[in-house]
Amino acid sequence: MSASIELDPSKRIPLVTGDLNFEQITDIVSKPTETKAPKWWWIILSGSVSLALLLISMIGYLVFEGIGVWGLNNPVAWGFAIVNLVFWVGIGHAGTLISAILFLFRQKWRTSINRFAEAMTIFAVICALIFPAIHVGRIWLAYFMFPVPNSMAMWPNFRSPLLWDLFAFTTYFTTSLLFWYVGLIPDLATLRDRSTTKVRKMVYGIFALGWRGANRHWQNYEKAYMILAALAAPLVLSVHSIVSFDFAVSQLPGWHTTIFPPYFVAGAIFSGFAMVVSLMVLARELFGLKDLVTMHHLECMNKVILATGTMVGYAYGMEFFMAWYSGYEYESFAFINRAFGPYAWAYWIMISCNVISPQLFWFKKLRTSIPVMFIISIFVNIGMWFERFVITMTLHRDFLPSSWGYYSPTWVDICTLLGSFGLFFTLFLLFLRFLPMVAMSEVKTVIPAANPHHGEEH
Amino acid sequence: MNAFGYLAEFNTPGELLHAAEAVRDAGYTKFDAHSPFPIHGMDDAMGLKPSKLGWVILCGGATGLLTGITLQWWASAVAYPLVISGKPLFSFQAFVPVTFELMVLFSAFSAVFGMLIINRLPKWYHSLFNHESFGKVTSHGFFISVEAKDPLFDTEKTKQFLESAGGRNVSLVEE
Repeated sequence: MSASIELDPSKRIPLVTGDLNFEQITDIVSKPTETKAPKWWWIILSGSVSLALLLISMIGYLVFEGIGVWGLNNPVAWGFAIVNLVFWVGIGHAGTLISAILFLFRQKWRTSINRFAEAMTIFAVICALIFPAIHVGRIWLAYFMFPVPNSMAMWPNFRSPLLWDLFAFTTYFTTSLLFWYVGLIPDLATLRDRSTTKVRKMVYGIFALGWRGANRHWQNYEKAYMILAALAAPLVLSVHSIVSFDFAVSQLPGWHTTIFPPYFVAGAIFSGFAMVVSLMVLARELFGLKDLVTMHHLECMNKVILATGTMVGYAYGMEFFMAWYSGYEYESFAFINRAFGPYAWAYWIMISCNVISPQLFWFKKLRTSIPVMFIISIFVNIGMWFERFVITMTLHRDFLPSSWGYYSPTWVDICTLLGSFGLFFTLFLLFLRFLPMVAMSEVKTVIPAANPHHGEEH
Repeated sequence: MNAFGYLAEFNTPGELLHAAEAVRDAGYTKFDAHSPFPIHGMDDAMGLKPSKLGWVILCGGATGLLTGITLQWWASAVAYPLVISGKPLFSFQAFVPVTFELMVLFSAFSAVFGMLIINRLPKWYHSLFNHESFGKVTSHGFFISVEAKDPLFDTEKTKQFLESAGGRNVSLVEE
């Protein structure tokens, strides 16, 4: 923000259309929080809350009965819990990429979508964190994971990637939440100053912390924001690398590969951008944000989907190449079994959704078509869920054919997954209704009138 | 009536920037520019020194780093020594991820809370909120406030000065 590039609107694609001024931007963004909730909002909310209640009851059932209600077996000791964990946390990564990495690269188009994407990050990480917490079985012993002094004088094993995960996730969630909240402070103050009722003024006022737009504050604020971005950028890469260590540090064929960290990070960004596109296409339509989130924004995101989708495709290919080139028969078998074994159906769903469908974005006509991008983004989300499923299912055929098996999820597994979507959409709908979904104070900096030399003779 | 100071309104970020330069050049020190978004070049226009927040965060990050490595060394090599996969008790390579995460975590906390403390926030009551049109500042208003505590402050002269710098509706704000 402070070291901004001078935008020449005659040469670049304008980031905000409709020739909006500062006040109009405030009005457009504040409106959904100030008017009565539309009918569709109540309908989707009631559906989402029902699914979230399903999640809660499934967790209750799991805690009461034990892990046996899931479809886990020997040899497939990891099932939906880790698949869902990696899926959700991967979705979250797009938010951090947009808010932190694109900020550091001065990609100004991020300003219209970063709040939205960061909210998605927070809610996706909440959904993700549920799974490692509940999968321990005896959930009342989950504190064993934390380095807290206890009467058994035991300490966690700091050499385990699963413990690294704990630190990575808690740090990631906390940092994302802080980053999001810091970005929200000026906009909460806007809502406070526009409020007409006492309750609104009180509630937004408390969270706005008494922000008064002072430049002596903006100075430190921008510094804090910039450093948070600089911290979040390596953090997000470390988090998904550590997630991949859960697999890669084990010595199983199909998992023990050095390509995993970059391949997981690319996949995470891929799935997260797809989720942002799915949600944004709907939100800009329903809330009238088309001047702030323009086709240019969507096209930029689709290009990122194309790039990361191609990287993921490359990684799939490279895994096969290395399996063959290593000359290690168990490694080769693991991959041939992936593509042609009992889980071939999942593998080919993954390939068609992740590798083939984003390639359509090479065509400008297709990447600027709302229906096409919506459908592809849904495909990518399905495909990325299956990617994690395929990787986890490597377990089903290990070294000895006598111990081979097959994993099928139970109804509890499936309802828990559905329920996590309910929780995600419940939180997201509440966000759309009560918080400014576009970062007003940032969008205002990218319109020509924000340049202090706007309209002056040079 | 105790006065907090004067509040003058401006139309555009450019006007605000030039007015801030004028206030700075006139020798005022206890003044501030208020805007809905950070304005490029305003720190220089107001004559502000660079933010010290970076140093606070550096200290926070260093504390996190030391905490991470000390915690893992103490837990793995002193309090609960267990040989795992034949590695030395203090196998620092395996301790890098947690050390890094704790460094980031501590830095993030110092960035946010350091920023709030340096800015003296939260401050839910401020005299400027008494001004009836100051609410615009978070949407489309641009203001300069000059505090009565400033040694150069003078009820008449400061008002005239702000008006000559292009300020509109220059008015005294109550404490």
